[in-house]
Amino acid sequence: MNLTLKIWRQAGPQAPGEMKTYQVDDVSEDMSFLEMLDVLNEQLNAGGEEPVAFDSDCREGICGNCSLMINGEAHGPEVTTTCQLHMRSFADGDTITIEPWRADAFPVIRDLVTDRSAFDRIIQSGGYISANTGSAPEANSVPVPRDDATKAFNFATCIGCGACVAACPNGSASLFMGAKITQLGLLPQGQPERWSRVVDMVGQHDAEGFGGCTNIGECATACPKEIPLDVISQLNKDLRTAIKHGH
Amino acid sequence: MASSNADLSGLVAHNEAPTQVSDDAHGYYTHGEKLVDAKAPTGPIKDRWTTRKMDNRLVNPANRRKLDVIIVGTGLAGGAAAATLGEAGYNVKSFCYQDSPRRARSIAAQGGINAAKNYKEDGDSTYRLFYDTVKGGDYRSRESNVYRLAEVSASIIDQCVAQGVPFAREYGGLLDNRSFGGVQVSRTFYARGQTGQQLLIGAYQAMERQVAAGTVTQYTRHEMLEVIVADGKARGIIARDLVTGEIETHLADVVVLASGGYGNVFFLSTNAMGSNVTAAWRAHRKGAYMANPCYTQIHPTCIPVSGEHQSKLTLMSESLRNDGRIWVPKNREDCDKDPRDIAEEDRDYYLERIYPSFGNLVPRDIASRQAKNMCDEGRGVGPMVGDFRRGVYLDFADAISRLGEDAVREKYGNLFDMYARITGENPYETPMRIYPAVHYVMGGLWVDYNLQSSIEGLFVAGEANFSDHGANRLGASALMQGLADGYFVLPNTIREYLADGPFEKIDESHPAVAEAKASVEDRVSKFLSIGGDRSADSFHRELGHIMWEYCGMERTEDGLRKAIDQIRELKAEFWRNLKVLGTADSLNQSLEKAGRVADFIELGELMCIDALNRRESCGGHFRAESQTEDGEALRHDEEFAYVAAWEWGGEDGQPVLHKEDLIYTAIEMKQRSYK
Repeated sequence: MNLTLKIWRQAGPQAPGEMKTYQVDDVSEDMSFLEMLDVLNEQLNAGGEEPVAFDSDCREGICGNCSLMINGEAHGPEVTTTCQLHMRSFADGDTITIEPWRADAFPVIRDLVTDRSAFDRIIQSGGYISANTGSAPEANSVPVPRDDATKAFNFATCIGCGACVAACPNGSASLFMGAKITQLGLLPQGQPERWSRVVDMVGQHDAEGFGGCTNIGECATACPKEIPLDVISQLNKDLRTAIKHGH
Repeated sequence: MASSNADLSGLVAHNEAPTQVSDDAHGYYTHGEKLVDAKAPTGPIKDRWTTRKMDNRLVNPANRRKLDVIIVGTGLAGGAAAATLGEAGYNVKSFCYQDSPRRARSIAAQGGINAAKNYKEDGDSTYRLFYDTVKGGDYRSRESNVYRLAEVSASIIDQCVAQGVPFAREYGGLLDNRSFGGVQVSRTFYARGQTGQQLLIGAYQAMERQVAAGTVTQYTRHEMLEVIVADGKARGIIARDLVTGEIETHLADVVVLASGGYGNVFFLSTNAMGSNVTAAWRAHRKGAYMANPCYTQIHPTCIPVSGEHQSKLTLMSESLRNDGRIWVPKNREDCDKDPRDIAEEDRDYYLERIYPSFGNLVPRDIASRQAKNMCDEGRGVGPMVGDFRRGVYLDFADAISRLGEDAVREKYGNLFDMYARITGENPYETPMRIYPAVHYVMGGLWVDYNLQSSIEGLFVAGEANFSDHGANRLGASALMQGLADGYFVLPNTIREYLADGPFEKIDESHPAVAEAKASVEDRVSKFLSIGGDRSADSFHRELGHIMWEYCGMERTEDGLRKAIDQIRELKAEFWRNLKVLGTADSLNQSLEKAGRVADFIELGELMCIDALNRRESCGGHFRAESQTEDGEALRHDEEFAYVAAWEWGGEDGQPVLHKEDLIYTAIEMKQRSYK
């Protein structure tokens, strides 16, 4: 198939950006979206134009490094990551618009690459269980109901890609935060720090410039790992309880 | 729960030092001194690690914050080490090329993590895990290291559970286990098909907690491009800030490389796009020996190549082999039929036929080579790639009728979804197609029992070192080794080294620092100034093709010689005809790639020389000249029961081979048999 690409080009964090149009021909439907961009980049390099910068690493949908707003949708039209999106989801002659994540808390570094280090800082503020190496009790000494373990796992599958933020009209990271808070809150090991965790993480979230949640739900629709909106309800419930307890 | 046989005194050697007769690589290398001391304690094997921990000196907590530790890489080994050393109070600087430590390649490991917990009461023990790992590695690993790995395995599970890693559980709330290739007990802990992700996020969170505590400083989007060796000791690194392009000097008392494996030398592999050998290779060029570089693991259950555009390969956990049955048509003319139309009697379940006791659960190297054999015979399936079909079926029809589709979905759902997404086929309805792909490297920087390389003060952990898996790694053992090194081994061995610190302060004016920084700056400007016609990526693809063809699943003397010639030509062209656009003072992914490819090219040549020298088949290294009458791998212990540790021979010199004899005292060497 032959495609027209409209891609955001921006030379650096402070540089002005613009949409540029490129043509890519002979795209196979078995290519992943990023392999299609690899082809474009080889073409640009050969023609003396700097390749388009974009993030990707594992290319199997698990590291969370890839991003891209594709035709206005985070990770494009399928419920998956951009690296797992295949060109069979597009048709010959399509025009595809490709932009970086758009959020105040994720400034553009170059072209399609953004700075998501705010997510690390949210985790630093409380997204963990304090257990120094060597201090752990025997693993089976604390049974965890199977359903709780399964649910905790489902919420723990968040890959930290930032699609939820990019999709949210408010630029809120509530889904990302809620997934971690709900996962750890379901496990007995997560109880001791449960209330301080939610207060601290929400505080950091707001300090980073993420917006508030107004229950629009775009985040859950965009999430490639299908983290449900319920985690935000749980986040709010835990936050209320924490505040009630004086945290 | 762990036990070991009372008569294993650890004092009786079961084999003699090897004497190499053949010399296939003559003319490509020179001989160096033997490595006579790997610093492992003596005495009964079960006491060696306890002895070492006890003998290693302690560092006073007040002194720890004066000691600077650099850790390169944030995967399971690097992340766990950063967290643990941070908790202990050392001043840690952590580096990764990705935008967050959580992206490290360990995240993609699927199947699980082994531990000798014996929760199933099926006869498992520390000794049995040790035995299985040495046997699985085809008797090419160092026994003391492997025993220690088995010994600390149980603590890893405890640690991860305490961190909130949501392992799979049984209805009673206790941890579940599954079995894995190459063993007959059930000792693998797992979190659906995303165990690596869950373990890595656990280590990442522990590390981020230390960032908040101020003991760990993280440098993301930073790539280590040189190690600083001053007065004989590793004292820091030169790193490039990938966003600003700035070449930075970071000094420390000790440097840890946990920078992963080099499978991407094959271009197509299951590694991440950015996985590279640069950190390890720069250290190698500064004096760190590279051990057994030819030991590569080709994983049997990957999604086959679909075309020329392919940028990477995707693995599906070999846990699929627990319930899936592997087959090809008996008759070549059936190869392009719909597999569901091929009658039961016309299918060849070749692993079950050849290896009746292990069947589909034979170790990875065997499963991979047999898949290749079937395709070479013309019985492969799927699209033609080149001149033959490269694929075999992995069929779940039996499992679905036995367990029901829901149970199969529960166990393997995410893998089936991934397969469907990539291939456009529904594996619940039609058998999957799989083909082997490069997945892991057992080779890596040589380390002693303390995980210290041949450069004093340079420690190496995880896949980046060579230590525990011999010539072949068993499934679910990479996660175990990464976390063992990071949480439990390295923090205990590094303190002996640091007990002599803090070392004399050095600064940017030290000649070793200035030299390292200048060499990095020169190299970066060289890449930008060649001004040729070819992208780094195109050189990488060509290198990968040479490596897969001649240094892949089967290696021959002629092929390896040819590969060395071709790689040398490719290297010359690279430095003459590379094209990198853009500048050095901004995010420039082509420039990053150029540096990595340059190092892969040099590594590729060494891998071929190592493979040429090792005229035996062992584990993942199959030399066509060394096989039994039925085509099984044939080892030559009397010649090759040694670790080949290669010293950099200089820009125009030849690599120098140092041998470390592998003497087994706690286990008897046998030819592997999975029949």
